[in-house]
Amino acid sequence: MTTALDDLFVKTRAENRAALIAYIPAGFPSIEGCKKVIQAFVDGGVDAIEIGFPYSDPVMDGPTIQAAADQSLAHGTGAKEVFEALKVATDAGVAAVVMTYWNPIEKYGVEKFAQSISDNGGSGVITPDLTIEESATWKDAVEKIGINPIYVVAPSTTDARLPQVTSRCGGFIYAASLMGVTGTRTSVSSGAPDLVARIRTTSQLPIAVGLGVSTREQAKGVAGYADGVIVGSAFIKALLDAPDEATGIAAVKTLTSELALGVREGR
Amino acid sequence: MTTVEDLAGHFGPYGGRFVPEALIGALEELDAARIKAQTDSTFIAELAELHRTYTGRPSIITEAQRFAEHAGGARILLKREDLNHTGSHKINNVLGQALLTKRMGKKRIIAETGAGQHGVASATAAALMGLECVVYMGEEDTKRQSLNVARMKLLGAEVIPVTSGSKTLKDAINEAMRDWVTNVETTHYMLGTVAGPHPFPSMVRDFHKIIGEESREQVLALTGRLPDAVLACVGGGSNAIGIFHRFISDTDVRLIGLEAAGDGVETGRHAATITGGSPGVLHGNRTYVLQDENGQTIESHSISAGLDYPGVGPEHAYLHDIGRAEYRAVTDAEAMHAFALLCKTEGIIPAIETAHALAGALQIGNELGKDAIILINLSGRGDKDVQTAAQYFGIPL
Repeated sequence: MTTALDDLFVKTRAENRAALIAYIPAGFPSIEGCKKVIQAFVDGGVDAIEIGFPYSDPVMDGPTIQAAADQSLAHGTGAKEVFEALKVATDAGVAAVVMTYWNPIEKYGVEKFAQSISDNGGSGVITPDLTIEESATWKDAVEKIGINPIYVVAPSTTDARLPQVTSRCGGFIYAASLMGVTGTRTSVSSGAPDLVARIRTTSQLPIAVGLGVSTREQAKGVAGYADGVIVGSAFIKALLDAPDEATGIAAVKTLTSELALGVREGR
Repeated sequence: MTTVEDLAGHFGPYGGRFVPEALIGALEELDAARIKAQTDSTFIAELAELHRTYTGRPSIITEAQRFAEHAGGARILLKREDLNHTGSHKINNVLGQALLTKRMGKKRIIAETGAGQHGVASATAAALMGLECVVYMGEEDTKRQSLNVARMKLLGAEVIPVTSGSKTLKDAINEAMRDWVTNVETTHYMLGTVAGPHPFPSMVRDFHKIIGEESREQVLALTGRLPDAVLACVGGGSNAIGIFHRFISDTDVRLIGLEAAGDGVETGRHAATITGGSPGVLHGNRTYVLQDENGQTIESHSISAGLDYPGVGPEHAYLHDIGRAEYRAVTDAEAMHAFALLCKTEGIIPAIETAHALAGALQIGNELGKDAIILINLSGRGDKDVQTAAQYFGIPL
């Protein structure tokens, strides 16, 4: 059985283009506002959506996503709101996954979490701090429920270790473009194409590149060598910088449309 | 009883590695370096010489006879880690890690600090060995411990106040981890306690276990037998594991960790992670954590900045679960009572962290009676706490 995410990459590969994957934390900029952001992503032409589970100690995230997580937690966002946002995305007809640090999964119940992903139409989960060494119970759960486990690989991941990580992935492989935390950057790291090339020697799975992509030009560049382009902080920055929620959401839609053009111009 | 962790740093179900993939390479490199150093006679000799001529080891044992009158008349023996250079046990770990940093060819260290003791120790080791040093410290703590901020700056370190989250130790660790993810090729993260991802809990313990090794010999020489109980305060748990470790196989010796109960565990305003928390994952390892129903970390509270941490080392979590060590919680008020008592009965101003262990001794001494021998890790001196203590006792400054 395949997930909506698996089907998406079959489609984008047939169209010879990269997929645009957009990130938003549940409950940001508000519980209801998040649902409008998801609709703006869809209206702007996104291919897949990552719903972030806001966490108190996000060590992989830079100040932009931290600020969004803090704001979201202040609204009382928890597992319920995360799964609601996930359902809004999948009901709108796009593939959707949750991105979360490990402790909220463990607290919710590992198998129960995988089941709730599936029950809400989700395709999988990105786990940025779950190492493959600690992933035995998660592996059992995702295999039993039939969702995609998406792990992050980094430029520092050695050739010897790379196949150990990529063989655990489903849906796509998340390639972190640089050594660092999330956030917008003026240029995408030159190490990203090398990392993607190294991953290709270990796996047939689609590869999506994240960290530092914020413009149509950057999306176009990444789409030249990767199967997916992940954008997060740029959307959050647009929402944080806007004078009000409606203006921010309009900006998100505009940015999504531009990025959607970018991922189609890469090849 | 086996209390040895596996090769991946698991203490039973605790410990391990929950970190971004970008850090795996550096953790593997560090693990290899510290394992190699364990059997490298040059490294061992170099560290021993530094401890002899710089730290001031072995630290002495002081018998606290007047204090003991308030503890049921039991013999109270203080292991004087407060007399180490920089004023606490923290120097044991940083000298070891600084030597490893040089061996790994790195030139920059980063550290987190709560009370400032580990930050000062890190800045000291960096100055001694010519390394660049950046210390992350919660903005709240930079205010509570301004004297230590000045000390770090005098020692040539850069102190970066952390304004995210609760602005305390846990957020300083987050910020240090972010720095490390970004600068891992040139930088060593000099983690200050027995928490974090493997190999930190094992490595930091190994650099501190000298406390227990020395004091076991000293107590035997002084009293002719082993102590009935060994006490230490527990925040992250480095001084406690340091003094406990050599005694783990002495199953008749009770090991008792004193956590910070703040206003009282029942009030929710505390830092007693084992007493009042539950198993979870924080800062790279599975351990007891103060957390809510969504797995979000709950802010801890303690008068002691050094114990104000919502996690605890995974080895303590394991020692608790198997019943080899006991953990109790001591309130701010109980700790400050013991603080004042040690000042006035022994002429020793302890760190407020350490005062939690002293408060435990007052309880346990009365439980065990006058024939008991109690060994306490006097982990730090209280110079840095004079302002907090003066405020607490209403002494005008």
